[in-house]
Amino acid sequence: MPPALRAAGMEKRFGAVEALAGLSFQVEAGELYGLVGPDAAGKTTAIRALAGLLDLDGGEARVLEMDPRGGGEVREALGLLPQQYSLYRDLSVWENLQFFARLYVLPRELFRQRAERLLAITRLERFVDRRADALSGGMYKKLALAAALLHQPKVLLLDEPTNGVDPVSRRELWALLHEFVQGGMAVLISTPYMDEAERCDRVGLAYRGRLLLEGAPGDLLASFDEEAFEIADGDRERLEGALAGIAEVRAVSPAGSRLRVDLAPGARERVASALAPLGAELRPVAPNFEDLFLSRLRAETR
Amino acid sequence: MSAQSTIEAVGLTRRFGEFTAVDGVTFGVERGEIFGYLGANGAGKSTTIRMLIGLLAPTSGSATVAGHDVASDPEAVKRSIGYMSQKFSLYLDLPVFENLRFFGGAYGLWGRELESRIGEVLELTGLSEHRRALTGTLPGGIRQRLALGSAVLHRPSIVFLDEPTAGVDPVARRSFWRLIRDLSTGGTTVFVTTHYLDEAEYCRRIGLMVDGRLVALDTPSALKRAWVPDRVLVVRGRGLARAAEALRRRPGVHAVEPFGAGLHVRADPALWNRAAVQEALAAAGAESPTVDETEPSLEDVFLAVVGGSAAAGASGAGAAP
Repeated sequence: MPPALRAAGMEKRFGAVEALAGLSFQVEAGELYGLVGPDAAGKTTAIRALAGLLDLDGGEARVLEMDPRGGGEVREALGLLPQQYSLYRDLSVWENLQFFARLYVLPRELFRQRAERLLAITRLERFVDRRADALSGGMYKKLALAAALLHQPKVLLLDEPTNGVDPVSRRELWALLHEFVQGGMAVLISTPYMDEAERCDRVGLAYRGRLLLEGAPGDLLASFDEEAFEIADGDRERLEGALAGIAEVRAVSPAGSRLRVDLAPGARERVASALAPLGAELRPVAPNFEDLFLSRLRAETR
Repeated sequence: MSAQSTIEAVGLTRRFGEFTAVDGVTFGVERGEIFGYLGANGAGKSTTIRMLIGLLAPTSGSATVAGHDVASDPEAVKRSIGYMSQKFSLYLDLPVFENLRFFGGAYGLWGRELESRIGEVLELTGLSEHRRALTGTLPGGIRQRLALGSAVLHRPSIVFLDEPTAGVDPVARRSFWRLIRDLSTGGTTVFVTTHYLDEAEYCRRIGLMVDGRLVALDTPSALKRAWVPDRVLVVRGRGLARAAEALRRRPGVHAVEPFGAGLHVRADPALWNRAAVQEALAAAGAESPTVDETEPSLEDVFLAVVGGSAAAGASGAGAAP
């Protein structure tokens, strides 16, 4: 079976900025692929190229081996949720969904079933009569996502769909995406949330228009050799002050009420002895995707 | 409520027609506190903020902010506070320092005081080296810091930040929170909403909204104790996927979720401890699993308070107080 999405050496410049510098990856049917990376990594440009909204300077973008800039069949196969999404602001939540259903020529009963389910999952049921311009940012985003899922496309492109979406809805949307993927849909999603990256079948870490890393999250983490630790006791402000002065400390972040620290290999003893006077202790923990992401980016910018 | 309170809301309510967006909300925020206001989309967070900053009149109830009544003296409230909205506006075709000059002017600063204050804010936000850069050419995370800087130019005693870090990558989010904590250390009260629950850990206290009502208010650790009585364990090892399936079916096990290359297990503390989980997984085919106890996250709390049974169903979990 041909890949659902194929990016092959995609190149794109905007003036002096090289947005895509030979970006390549594939997404199969029934796969959820996450494109993660910092601001300006090229995630949005890649999604626009695969949606056929952009002419590349080099390389290829293919959807089910078709040129996404074509019409008809490829349009029907493709669903897109861009970051800036326009709904009809003077229509209600329900009317907006109705409008998209007509666009995709959904039979009325099928529309009603899917719309009700999507509204339940996105927790917008209470707000069906509210005009789109009176929705909060996160609610607006959820409505846009519901509209993009209405015609159940074969290939779905989502550009940071969960920004501003609350944690409960976020989980439910992910459960919904997994369900669609199990039904054979191919999903490409870009996200700045590292916990979401861990929920993908495969992820690509993008930086400056190309991939630094690619693989199943579990495999990538299993091959990650830096050490992560938690500090369980002590005053957080004082601990952070102490850690700030140690060169081998690569990152410090909150983990619950504890602090999480990433250390250069072999630095454990030195850091432990620096913390001892503060009554704090280092405990090894499993590295997570954010540790991996930050470490790989640091290696790149060093 | 304590005499220290710099924000006080009593029975604060706002209706839009038949719809009650904020329903009898009562709380106080202390001077210098980082106060997190959390809830699902549409729970009433932004409506509460719009009332507290004098943009929207309450339908009933009252609130004072920095000693001024929000309904009778909204102009005095606006002078005492800084506000950064979900969609903050900066002039993208102006250099950084001219944006600051513009917002400073709008707050009534001018001349030498404005110039020296711009210098201080550039320093505070770490933007000195970007002062002449065109705002539109800067990455999102840096613009975010500039937006906060322009909200504190007039030295407000309280800042309201409505989802200030939405869509910002992890590196930039960390430096933004460093800035929030510096403001708080300097005595500024910070009222912040966010959907990133890892950063909510930095709040001294957290209020949780559900459908317009404030249903929980406490420190992060007290919320965890009250709402997530489960024992939370982190598992590492090989062959976990099948063993997880077996563990999930055991009584007292409330959730088994993939977490990175390992598992997160939430279970009844009366029935399960480290050794028991380790034994159960090994018996189900996991190769020498290691199990550590960890504390529940604020996401666990959020799911328990806001999600109730619906969220538990979607994630295959099933624990709510």
